[in-house]
Amino acid sequence: MTGFLIRRLGGAVLVLFALTAILYGIFYVAPGDVAQLVCGPRCSPAQVAQVTEQLRLNDPLYVQYGHFLQGIVAGRDFSTGTGVEHCSAPCLGVSYQSDQQVTQLILAKLPVTGSLVIGAFAGWLLLGVGTGVLSAWRRGRLTERVLTWLTLAGSATPVFVIGLLLIIVFCSTLQWLPAPSYVPFSEDPEQWAWGLLLPWVSLALIESAKYARLTRSAMLETLAEDHVRTFRAYGVGERAIIGRHALRGAVAPVIALSALDFGTMFGGAVLTESLFGIPGIGRELVNAVKVVDLPVVVGMVLVTGFFVVLANAAADLLYALADRRVVLS
Amino acid sequence: MTTRELLVDVSDLTVDFGSVRAVDGLSFTLEAGGALGVVGESGSGKSASAYALLGLHRGTGARVGGTVKVAGTDVNAADDAGLRALRGAKAAMVFQDPLSSLDPYHPVADQIAEVYRVHHRASRKAARARAVEVLDRVGIPDAARRSRLRPHEFSGGMRQRALIAMALACEPRLIVADEPTTALDVTVQAQILDLLHTLRQETGMGLLLVTHDVGVAAESVDDVLVMREGREVERGPVARVLGSPREAYTKELLAAVPRVETRRVVPSQRVAEDVTPLLEAVDLRREFGRGSGKVAAVGGVSLTVHAGQTLGIVGESGSGKTTLGRMLVRLLDPTAGRLRYGGTEIGSLSEKELRPFRRELQMVFQDPVASLNPRRSVGESVADPLRAAGERDEGRVRDRVGALLERVGLDPAHFERYPHEFSGGQRQRIGIARALAAEPKVIVCDEPVSALDVTTQAQVVALLAELQRELGIGLVFIAHDLAVVRQVSDRVAVMRGGLIVEQGSADEVYGDPQDPYTKQLLAAVPALDPGLAAARRAARRELAAA
Repeated sequence: MTGFLIRRLGGAVLVLFALTAILYGIFYVAPGDVAQLVCGPRCSPAQVAQVTEQLRLNDPLYVQYGHFLQGIVAGRDFSTGTGVEHCSAPCLGVSYQSDQQVTQLILAKLPVTGSLVIGAFAGWLLLGVGTGVLSAWRRGRLTERVLTWLTLAGSATPVFVIGLLLIIVFCSTLQWLPAPSYVPFSEDPEQWAWGLLLPWVSLALIESAKYARLTRSAMLETLAEDHVRTFRAYGVGERAIIGRHALRGAVAPVIALSALDFGTMFGGAVLTESLFGIPGIGRELVNAVKVVDLPVVVGMVLVTGFFVVLANAAADLLYALADRRVVLS
Repeated sequence: MTTRELLVDVSDLTVDFGSVRAVDGLSFTLEAGGALGVVGESGSGKSASAYALLGLHRGTGARVGGTVKVAGTDVNAADDAGLRALRGAKAAMVFQDPLSSLDPYHPVADQIAEVYRVHHRASRKAARARAVEVLDRVGIPDAARRSRLRPHEFSGGMRQRALIAMALACEPRLIVADEPTTALDVTVQAQILDLLHTLRQETGMGLLLVTHDVGVAAESVDDVLVMREGREVERGPVARVLGSPREAYTKELLAAVPRVETRRVVPSQRVAEDVTPLLEAVDLRREFGRGSGKVAAVGGVSLTVHAGQTLGIVGESGSGKTTLGRMLVRLLDPTAGRLRYGGTEIGSLSEKELRPFRRELQMVFQDPVASLNPRRSVGESVADPLRAAGERDEGRVRDRVGALLERVGLDPAHFERYPHEFSGGQRQRIGIARALAAEPKVIVCDEPVSALDVTTQAQVVALLAELQRELGIGLVFIAHDLAVVRQVSDRVAVMRGGLIVEQGSADEVYGDPQDPYTKQLLAAVPALDPGLAAARRAARRELAAA
């Protein structure tokens, strides 16, 4: 168990290390003059040169990358043009655009995206697994056909269509809900929940379709297994068979997929964040890519990658807990 | 004459799967406390009939006709609640594969307790106590502790005991056992059959035993019903049906059953003592895993294979016989030891150096379904070794494949057909044709007939012997079935725990076994004669006590 965690962490560090190296490489060869972009269109060549110097853009790739790594381990100093600012470890650098420290930026955005993802995650698991179980149970009946059709429609609809529909219906026409917004949990938990309700629901609706289909097929598979037949042959009711025996076997693929989704959602909920005006990591990441703000991009990707790795390790643990035949190694 | 109450009363039972009629107008009865064996080959409808007793076809799409009365319940007419009240409480089923028939996620006792609580008002604790009680009853040592284990932590025999314990939990009046020992080793099979026998004597419950193995039925039941193509062929007291069968099919079935008393059917060529063996293994070893997890699957085995002769290797699961077989044709590399083929040391040759020998060392596998590529025609599969040997002329390949198919008793025109279009026996013939295509000197057959019905088994065994006599091939015949091995072998090696415990001519090993393990194996083989079965049972008890 401890050995497993250590190996997993070691692997995670390697993956994240490779990820940042690749990002640096891509940005180095990508077209576009970063200094010009940072400085603005009206800058003189001299000013651009000064910015280039200040951001150390003339240094070779490996030197820039070395500074980045040094920042994470030991912290580093930045020249702000007028003075020197210290960024303490773990330092992910300073935004080219706003002179803000990336670490601070991420810490500010993380609770926002975290709120969105956790609520939506709970929603899509509940909705998806519930629908999947129900349609496996009612196989061949009308319930199943309707549910199958609904999940197909759900997975085929983009989030901005569902989101827009929800906003129009609940915020404009019926006026039941306030316009979606983000209020920190620590400020007002009730406002926090109401403001995020629509984003949660839209994400959950879209994502749950996938889970419903996955759960349904996994359930049908376990329902056809010999041990389910055994309990039927001993007079155990269908409800107990589904709840105690079939579902237990069907959760493995659900755990695996939700781990991936949970992690990627931290950087990947861009559309939802943009649509509902939620200032999260996804939106920040897209903006940063547009202006070639390398430190911000690398920092955000690192955080997303971290959550993917973390969620997968958690999934493996859960999986071993659910199925005692699994040996962690 | 006292008529006892009828526990099972089946009349004119039909079961249809789509357009296929699996059971066609079957009628039989079973008195309270009686034991009926339903015997037949695969596809005879015996399992479908057993399932109908508990109404297990309901909700599967199969159509069931006729009337089935079990312990007072009209199964086909009962509603779902009535059926649930029957299942487990009055009639309980024991399934074939004990590993897949138990839920892998829950401790064994919890599963038994769950079943108990379906039929009895009992607290969780009381139900668990009952579970431990029945586990103890079926001979699980240290039942209280073991009851908390999950099925994968049990051995095969213990799992089947646990399933029987589940069946006993609610004290049913009837146990329906569907091939309860087919997945088990022969010594474990004997233990389970003995257990069922004792339980029946002590509890007075009825037993309906479905099996393809006539010997298993002979050991365990009073009456036997022989089935074929969904119909009854013959029914009567077991001693009468097996002793003096009236129907031709029963006679044919009984004749095909291999017996440990039967010597090699087709005699082989005599080999002089001083002739150099075709294949010789000296102290061959194979280990798996590393460090503390290292296991020696084969721990130092020496044997010889002569041209035109058959070496039988017999052993139970986990004895290392498959690992040994694969090393003999170098599908697995030995960890240590020497392997000499026709005077050349091939145990340590590299893959490239081995090339010229590959063709001459062939293998026939156990599962004819899994060892043929389902997406390629059988002709292509048989042609593989020819193409691998460098034959490029399409006409010659076709001619040769046609001749090979014909040689193993198949229609050469079936070149373009796919594996699923053939029966199990035919598929095994295709496997043999593929091995022959390379013109081998040695063929290692790993459980070549264990997936086949007895009548098909006899045909494939005869084919192998014929081919051997014709082509002078050295055969290694690996099997768990002692009777089959005796039928085909000149020499026999008995394996246990990766070692050969006894080796000699078939007559020596079977006629006068020296090693206690060999004696135990032979005592565990079910006897076809019900009179003999009792004697064997006594002998087993004696051996177990010793």
